[in-house]
Amino acid sequence: MKILVTVKRVEDYESKIKVKPDNTWIVTEGVNYRANPFDEIAVEEALRLRDANMPSEVVAVSIGSGTAQAEIRSALAMGADRGILVKHDGFLDSDAVARILVKVVEKEKPDLILMGKQAVDVDDNVCGQLLAEYLGYGQATFASKKESLESAEEKAKKPGLKLGADKKTMQVVREVDGGVETLELQLPAVVTVDLRLNIPRYASLPNIMKAKKKPIEEIAPGVDVSPKVKVVKVEAPPARAAGVKVPDVATLVQKLHDEAKVV
Amino acid sequence: MATILVVGEQAHGQLKKATLNALTAAQQLAQKNGGQIHGVVVGGAGEELAQFVQNVHFVQNAQFEHALAETHAAAVAEAAKKIGATDVVIAATAYGKDIAPRVAAKLGAGIASDVLAVVSANQFKRAMWAGNAIATVEVTTPVKVITVRTTEFPVAQKAGSPGQAQQLEVAAPQAKTKFLEFNEVKSARPELTEASVVVSGGRGTKGDFKPIEQLADVLGAAVGASRAVVDAGWQPNDLQVGQTGKVVAPKLYIAAGISGAIQHLAGMKGSKTIVAINKDPEAPIFQVADYGLVADLFKALPELSEEVKKLK
Ligand SMILES: Cc1cc2nc3c(=O)[nH]c(=O)nc-3n(C[C@H](O)[C@H](O)[C@H](O)COP(=O)(O)OP(=O)(O)OC[C@H]3O[C@@H](n4cnc5c(N)ncnc54)[C@H](O)[C@@H]3O)c2cc1C
Repeated sequence: MKILVTVKRVEDYESKIKVKPDNTWIVTEGVNYRANPFDEIAVEEALRLRDANMPSEVVAVSIGSGTAQAEIRSALAMGADRGILVKHDGFLDSDAVARILVKVVEKEKPDLILMGKQAVDVDDNVCGQLLAEYLGYGQATFASKKESLESAEEKAKKPGLKLGADKKTMQVVREVDGGVETLELQLPAVVTVDLRLNIPRYASLPNIMKAKKKPIEEIAPGVDVSPKVKVVKVEAPPARAAGVKVPDVATLVQKLHDEAKVV
Repeated sequence: MATILVVGEQAHGQLKKATLNALTAAQQLAQKNGGQIHGVVVGGAGEELAQFVQNVHFVQNAQFEHALAETHAAAVAEAAKKIGATDVVIAATAYGKDIAPRVAAKLGAGIASDVLAVVSANQFKRAMWAGNAIATVEVTTPVKVITVRTTEFPVAQKAGSPGQAQQLEVAAPQAKTKFLEFNEVKSARPELTEASVVVSGGRGTKGDFKPIEQLADVLGAAVGASRAVVDAGWQPNDLQVGQTGKVVAPKLYIAAGISGAIQHLAGMKGSKTIVAINKDPEAPIFQVADYGLVADLFKALPELSEEVKKLK
């Protein structure tokens, strides 16, 4: 099985995010970068699926400037077999990203495309769905599993996505409003992953060394990348006025009743 | 002139309330672009939607029984083409997020997701970086698709006189996806995104949600949770509040044993009154709380339940 997995370079969620004074973007100086946490979950799942269904291959793709090499390397250090960097400097909207990925899919012909459900920079949550529609594939968004992240299945690093015996279908459990749904997808398909699918592994030192020798191919976008959605202004969110500390439960209830009038 | 299509969401043939939040966003958009509003709903609830919208198109046949993104997006796109829609508006629920991008791709439309405000006919506000920034985005395509954050738009009112619901004949595409099962999480409590009071627990509960649930029942509240709780399997996924879970904005939000990570705050900062109960006086949750109580939740919550009962 061939699995294509996407890794986006994003601001580290532990970094302090500040809006630029000219309101064009956020301040990027002094901010750490890393792979989108949802994409790391996608990489982990790809590796588990590969190892449970040999022979298989995991190809990690990132779209961005040269610096995105780092995120591809970290996917390779986790265990992905090779990388593709689609080189582009500057902003791309999710639609352009999806159309670039169509080109990559046409070239690589993977059986499965695994992506994070959203990138934690623009928090869009649309790219996987756009890609699935452009390709005419089925999709399962918000992929999860029934077992908890503290279960024996997780400790044994079992894949949460279940490949059918004929290797032509895949069962996916999804987190939806009001419960959990199970779908069967005809492969090839697009799956976007949610938080509860797995706990991604850390790359070991020997694997980090090995990753340095794995190939990363650089290609051009190959599509018109003019955005359908432009960012015209970025502002700081409205601040919440600081509240007060109350000494005890009785005071809390009295304030909620008399002042806030909510109980 | 603009033609706006608001997409209804239904479960078991009943319209979901989120549709009415999306309708308000559609009405605001109509004020900006002088548009007319149509409705579409796939799977049932056409008559119900027509209580609110004059022209409703509904798609109802067995092929659309399950909300598969491929088939439902195809039906919505068909309706959009039929009426010549310039804008498609959907609530940013799990269903809306699943289908809206596919609708956009079918219509060659740009999509703005999880919209917080309608700025103009083609500009919208949305949160980025876990709510650390609010962006104004411009959709440059002639047809636009937006999904809207339900907590930012009030529920629309019924129209003076009911509209018309007409069946739309659409052939479902051959889906490459098959529905297998749905495990519903049943709860007698109000739905998290619709409740006017939410009591949420974090890792500080150590998995014991009894004090949270007791207080929730006294207040008629919904129960919420932090990611830590859901990851541990202590509470169902559906209850996660935050950047990557549900966004809530109740009248009263009580956070107990939750530290207040930015990702959690992104899902509840819009609440009217926030109460934090945490035994660590330095916990970041206190920075957004209107009322903070430094206490052990296992002591404070039962007391709180008792005090509130006395008021009632
Ligand atoms: C990509 C990404 C997405 C995320 N999305 C979300 C999201 O949507 N929602 C979300 O919630 N998180 C999300 N997180 C996780 C988030 O960063 C935090 O890890 C999480 O919110 C912590 O949960 P918590 O506050 O329950 O646990 P902790 O941070 O461990 O806090 C527990 C708190 O309980 C207090 N406490 C302990 N015992 C008691 C007691 N007896 N009485 C009173 N207080 C007590 C402690 O003082 C502490 O403040 C996300 C993280 C990432 C990386």
